[in-house]
Amino acid sequence: MQLTSSSIGRKILMAITGQAMVLFAVVHLLGNSSIFGWLNGGINAYAEHLHSLPLPIIVGFRLALLAMVCVHIWFGIQLTIENRGGRPQQYAVKSTQKATFASENMIWTGSLLGLFLLYHLAHFTLQVINPETAALKNLVPLHNEMVPNVLGMVVTGFKNFFVSFIYVGAMVTLFLHLSHGIQSFFQTMGWSCDKSQPLLVKFGTLVALGLFLGYVTIPLTIFAGILKG
Amino acid sequence: MILDGKCPTGPIEQTWDKHRFDLKLVNPANKRKYNVIVVGTGLAGGAAAASLGELGYNVQAFCYQDSPRRAHSIAAQGGINAAKNYPNDGDSIYRLFYDTIKGGDFRAREADVWRLAQVSNNIIDQCVAQGVPFGRDYAGYLDNRSFGGAQVSRTFFARGQTGQQLLLGAYSALSRQIKLGSVKMYDRREMLDLVVVDGVARGITVRNLVTGEMESYAADAVCLATGGYVNVFYLSTNAMGCSVTANWKAHKKGAFFANPCYTQIHPTCIPQAGDYQSKLTLMSESLRNDGRVWVPKKKEDCGKHPNEIPEDARDYYLERKYPSYGNLAPRDIASRAAKEQCDDGRGVGPGGRGVYLDFGDSIKRLGEDTIRERYGNLFEMYEKITDENGYKRPMRMYPAPHYSMGGLWVDYNLMSNIPGLFVLGEANFSVHGANRLGASALMQGLADGYFVIPYTIGGYLATVKPGQVKTDHPEFKQCEEDVKAEQNKMLAINGKKTVFEFMREIGGLMWENCGMARTKESLETNLKKIPALREEFWKNVKVTGSGAELNQQLENAGRTADFIEFSELLCRDALHRNESCGGHFRSEFQDAGEAQRDDVNFCYVGAWEYKGANKEPELHKEPLKFDNVHLAIRSYK
Amino acid sequence: MSDHKTMTLTLIVWRQKNASDAGKFETYTAKNITEHHSFLEMLDCVNEDLIHTGKDPIVFDHDCREGICGMCSQVVNGAPHGGQERTTVCQLHMRKFKDGDTIYIEPWRARAFPIIRDLIVDRSALDKIIQAGGYTSCHTGGVADGNAILIPKPVADEAMDAAECVGCGACVAGCPNGSAMLFTGAKVSQLAILPQGKGEAAARVRNMTNTMTECGFGNCTNHYECMAACPKGINVKFIARMNREFMKALIA
Repeated sequence: MQLTSSSIGRKILMAITGQAMVLFAVVHLLGNSSIFGWLNGGINAYAEHLHSLPLPIIVGFRLALLAMVCVHIWFGIQLTIENRGGRPQQYAVKSTQKATFASENMIWTGSLLGLFLLYHLAHFTLQVINPETAALKNLVPLHNEMVPNVLGMVVTGFKNFFVSFIYVGAMVTLFLHLSHGIQSFFQTMGWSCDKSQPLLVKFGTLVALGLFLGYVTIPLTIFAGILKG
Repeated sequence: MILDGKCPTGPIEQTWDKHRFDLKLVNPANKRKYNVIVVGTGLAGGAAAASLGELGYNVQAFCYQDSPRRAHSIAAQGGINAAKNYPNDGDSIYRLFYDTIKGGDFRAREADVWRLAQVSNNIIDQCVAQGVPFGRDYAGYLDNRSFGGAQVSRTFFARGQTGQQLLLGAYSALSRQIKLGSVKMYDRREMLDLVVVDGVARGITVRNLVTGEMESYAADAVCLATGGYVNVFYLSTNAMGCSVTANWKAHKKGAFFANPCYTQIHPTCIPQAGDYQSKLTLMSESLRNDGRVWVPKKKEDCGKHPNEIPEDARDYYLERKYPSYGNLAPRDIASRAAKEQCDDGRGVGPGGRGVYLDFGDSIKRLGEDTIRERYGNLFEMYEKITDENGYKRPMRMYPAPHYSMGGLWVDYNLMSNIPGLFVLGEANFSVHGANRLGASALMQGLADGYFVIPYTIGGYLATVKPGQVKTDHPEFKQCEEDVKAEQNKMLAINGKKTVFEFMREIGGLMWENCGMARTKESLETNLKKIPALREEFWKNVKVTGSGAELNQQLENAGRTADFIEFSELLCRDALHRNESCGGHFRSEFQDAGEAQRDDVNFCYVGAWEYKGANKEPELHKEPLKFDNVHLAIRSYK
Repeated sequence: MSDHKTMTLTLIVWRQKNASDAGKFETYTAKNITEHHSFLEMLDCVNEDLIHTGKDPIVFDHDCREGICGMCSQVVNGAPHGGQERTTVCQLHMRKFKDGDTIYIEPWRARAFPIIRDLIVDRSALDKIIQAGGYTSCHTGGVADGNAILIPKPVADEAMDAAECVGCGACVAGCPNGSAMLFTGAKVSQLAILPQGKGEAAARVRNMTNTMTECGFGNCTNHYECMAACPKGINVKFIARMNREFMKALIA
């Protein structure tokens, strides 16, 4: 009860679910980076590896992720509404000293990320955005097997300016969201003191920057024609 | 009339224990039938309300601020004394008792001071239990610092904010009782009258400062813990809201006002910068441990940058006049010496009202880092206010009114001459005599609140039937109407001068003629000018707005009117006391610049009875007897 | 030091008759202000002029005027207490402003602090938070000797850092969410750090934070505006510490 109803309890839920998603984003990036060829068979091999995991693990993992997202969104909206009410009238002069654009716009960057998530799932998981390049329908040989052509789907997708633009834009949003979110996690969990707190702010921004750079490299290199299908 | 302080007799060490046993008790089940009013929530009031509530009495507490945590006890910096003797340096209850009596220039009651010294140790324990973060050493033991007027280290401290931490401790205890329902807190209420029925204190009239409404509260006993009155000098180290009003209203209802002329002027405050100034800021006395006080020898040098004045053109007057104590001369002495130099035309800074406190030598000897470590926060505060860097150029200091030793007369039980009216802390006159030692104000406030009133009020309440008078008694209505009438009168004048202007004027008169040094002539001048000012006030004050709203001008107008009336009594008391002692220095009574006490004629408490407007008050005396301490002359040469 | 330069300033001040009045900004001119005026003394001067012309002076909370009572509470140009580091508005001096400046003066704005009049707000919600558990339940008398519990200097110092809070509410005023986490965190931490307060730590953090929410304060989203606004420099590490205490209480 305390966890889901109290101010700090909900804050902790936000922090834990948020941080779990950050970890997912890190792992996801590492997996995606197989597109650059460090894994024998590239991203197609990676995708095949994931799909060959036992079904309960896949379903369980997806359900867990879904739950994280739902909890994060639910309490995110709830807390934001409460917080907007915390100061019903704004000051005539706005003067912020520590708050940042990122910290003040978590609800908007979060909402955009939510929308992007839907698009991303539709694009690469459900594969309904460009059905003609859907990996599931275009099988290619890999290690004597026919596997879905994820690489082809990704490359064709990112060759499109608008698709790349959406992805890069989403990653800018992700950077903003995480530049506040990561350090916030440590503060909320109480794993911070006066000396570590400013360092954690820097650390959070660095991780967010790393994720941003890592993720945008894929569409950018494809769009620029450096990475070919 | 000869007043009786009802002090217990016998060996002094046993007085309080014996008295506590002799006091009647109220049965635990009966306590909740008694209502007690506590006005003021500083150290004395906050501690009293919390302790009485815990005992089971029905307590109603009042403060004019928005929260009980804001009382001016919060501003005390240095520390609180206790006879713990933790440093093993020879302290004892007897020594604390002796130092306090002597520091008060032998004008306090022995039994009261003994009790204070005795309970001082309980205070420290109590505050530690509350979570007051006193300074500690690395092993975890409580730390002590030295303070003026004592040769032992007995001062406990919480950085430079001891008063704050002690008050927050009392406030937390009070908050606990509020939550438990034993104390009902009324904030933003100002007490404007004491309701006395058949000679017994039965309640108070307060103004709700938010709505402007008059409210009446009845009780079986009323405790005033309403602080001191040095804002009568207008500029002082007190908070803006500190006033004599509650005490003065009680005085007008019959409570005797004792020793009003004993006012303490603190030597190290940041000097006034201009006429617009609203208050003065104290800089801890501890600065004089490493700072040297001087003024230029020649008047012509006063306008120069202090660093351009060569060593031989500087007059280190404290070291010159008091070679054995030097810069650490006691407060009253140091203050008067500073005034002397400035009166001689050798003061520095705006208006020539300032002396230098120079750390140049100490910085040369110890290095700036050491000085920064010791007094960094004070230098920072000085720079915030003056925009001057105390490390680079000497600080400017000037004395400022700080504390009032005088107050409403109380007996050993802290009860005034009005039955049912108790007075606690700085508001009473009891333990500091004519001069208070540093770090003793906090001690007294908490002693009265935690460890004296919880016993002595029971002794009184056990003798009265609870709830005899309720707010439907006509006297309550009468008091409300009287207060309203006075306020309406002020609002209707619509004159030309603001309340601030009157306050500045009365403050100026008091500081000039009844400040650090007083003479028969200066006091007589005031006794002529004050009634004229009082008359002018009631003809020419301008108060805007109405009484039925939040109206700070009206609040201040009432306080100013009371200060003007009270200042006359203060001067009268100073005029009658033909001696110099502690904070009361009559220039006529000195021996080569030193205060000359007259123990033959003035070894008594002077308690004044109000006889009506434009009538001379009547003086009552309570002779002081010293059975344990020998009367001696204080000398610091 | 003793120069006679004076400043003329334009003040845009929030005026509101009472809690139910809508309130609006009014413009005033502050004349003959020197750099040695404190901010509140500058307002005193403006008020004197207003009274002389028969107008209602601006009301504002203030008492000790030396930065310790926590009574003064004004937002100056959007910053609680005027934004000077570790300074209450009563200690803010006019040398921080220039001749001709325009200054916006507003009350603390937060749902939990209803405006009483002009720049005065009702901060009794902070008292309620303390009443919910900001104490040790010791009795007057009957406590152990002060040295019976040893508290090494670093621990005592840490507690003192938290205890310095003056309860002015600037943290709430500065927080975009109107949250009182820094205020609450400071008290929770002070008593959780000290051995005397550990016994009641779990109940304390639960009750105080719940009361905070009940009083209408927002939640903490780690903007750290509270720390920037705090005139005593209370660090947000005490919010982190409170969060730890809260988690301990969840398990307990």
